[in-house]
Amino acid sequence: MNRFEFLRPATLPEAVNMASAPGAAFHAGGTNLLDLMKGGIMRPDRLVDVSRLPGLDGIEHAADGGVRIGALVRNAELAHDAGFAARFPAVAEALLSGASAQLRNAATVGGNLLQRTRCGYFYDTASACNKRQPGAGCDARGGENRLHAILGWSEHCIATHPSDFCVPLLALGAVVEIEGQHGRREVPLAGFHLLPGETPERETVLAPGELVVAVRLPAEAAHFAAHSRYLKLRERTSYAFAVVSAAAALRLEDGRIAEARIALGGVALKPWRAEAAEAALAGQAPEPAAFARAAELALQGAAPSGDNGFKIGLARRIVARALALAAAGTPDRVPALPASPFAPVPGGPIHV
Amino acid sequence: MSLSISLTVNGVVHAVALDDPRVTLLDLLRERLHLTGSKKGCDRGQCGACTVLLDGRRTNACLVLAVAQDGASVTTIEGLADGGALHPMQQAFIDHDGFQCGFCTPGQIMSAVGLVREGQAGSDPERVREGMSGNLCRCGAYAGITEAVLDAQAKMEKAA
Repeated sequence: MNRFEFLRPATLPEAVNMASAPGAAFHAGGTNLLDLMKGGIMRPDRLVDVSRLPGLDGIEHAADGGVRIGALVRNAELAHDAGFAARFPAVAEALLSGASAQLRNAATVGGNLLQRTRCGYFYDTASACNKRQPGAGCDARGGENRLHAILGWSEHCIATHPSDFCVPLLALGAVVEIEGQHGRREVPLAGFHLLPGETPERETVLAPGELVVAVRLPAEAAHFAAHSRYLKLRERTSYAFAVVSAAAALRLEDGRIAEARIALGGVALKPWRAEAAEAALAGQAPEPAAFARAAELALQGAAPSGDNGFKIGLARRIVARALALAAAGTPDRVPALPASPFAPVPGGPIHV
Repeated sequence: MSLSISLTVNGVVHAVALDDPRVTLLDLLRERLHLTGSKKGCDRGQCGACTVLLDGRRTNACLVLAVAQDGASVTTIEGLADGGALHPMQQAFIDHDGFQCGFCTPGQIMSAVGLVREGQAGSDPERVREGMSGNLCRCGAYAGITEAVLDAQAKMEKAA
């Protein structure tokens, strides 16, 4: 790990100023940052510790039914907040399907949005990576890439965004509050992460010094509470990143789908909203045929970036199954194995 | 820049002058305070051998910067026993053969104590297994570990 200066600002404006200098990075939970620094993937000269900034660690339930989550709220704390989990159960399930209990106790909401890809070539400093070193090339192309992107990738980068939390947040229309040198601004989560294009080193819309201070879910996001699930296929039962995941949320009226929300994880360099699939479900009966059609639409435009063509069919099945699980109803409590496909679908096959 | 911190470890307050901000909580415990019960396995947050309670929450000490923990309270495996009497979780790991080589055991036990405090698993072995998934055991003592956690939890609840 490189040597760095450790600064502890007392206020938000001070933090933003300190972090505006080149080579500075914010430090909060540290779970991803320290791992990257130990590997020499990130080498910040200055850490600006925001972990004790006042006012950023609250979960505020608004009178209209929405919620504002402070950026320093820990993943475990949010997932186990009874009021939050009851109204946004797919978000709680996604949080509990991610990482380990120890990491969820340390990792923050803001840090989750900003976590870096788990592409092995990004992590290996001996490999070429355009994200780590712009213009260096991409060793993932033609390398071990069976878990890489199938949507939104470019010749310059085929990595995926690893977050579970962001997937239902995106489906439910979350908004990110950002503090910068010119004050506060808001960006929909849908526009927060950037696809790689020709500049994979640019991952979000954040300018230098800008800090995520909160994430908001609108009141209408709670209208899906009775039919919301997150489903995550992993290469082991627990404590693994998604091969493919999906959040599905339905609002049913008189036995038909009034409104659907779908997003995928593990398929692109950002969480992926499937709006065409959502629109196709409106007015439909919640039946397998409709879910299969929606799943086809959700993967429209998908293409293998390497030895990962299997992920396209897999993602279709995960979307269809997440929709079937959502239609069956949100369980009273997050299942023992959160988001696991190793649980029977009502009326469906047991196996993935 | 002052890098002095105050840290309460197993009930004892330590004033620590850090010469380098890179020191992790794990290295501070092992190298400076000579509490070598917390183990360095992967040092990257993947194995759980370094698990301690940090302000009551189970945490990977290898991914925590000591300099960021001024005023915090830490419990390590050395702080669990009450004098000569083992903590119920320690005793349960012995009773149920919850280890073989023992390297992961301090982390397993601290994680299990944290899991009981969280109160989410109840008596469901599946929830215990899921809740303990951040602690790897290369000897494969998982069956005994799950039994130990359930047994100790029942005893801790009875004693409370």
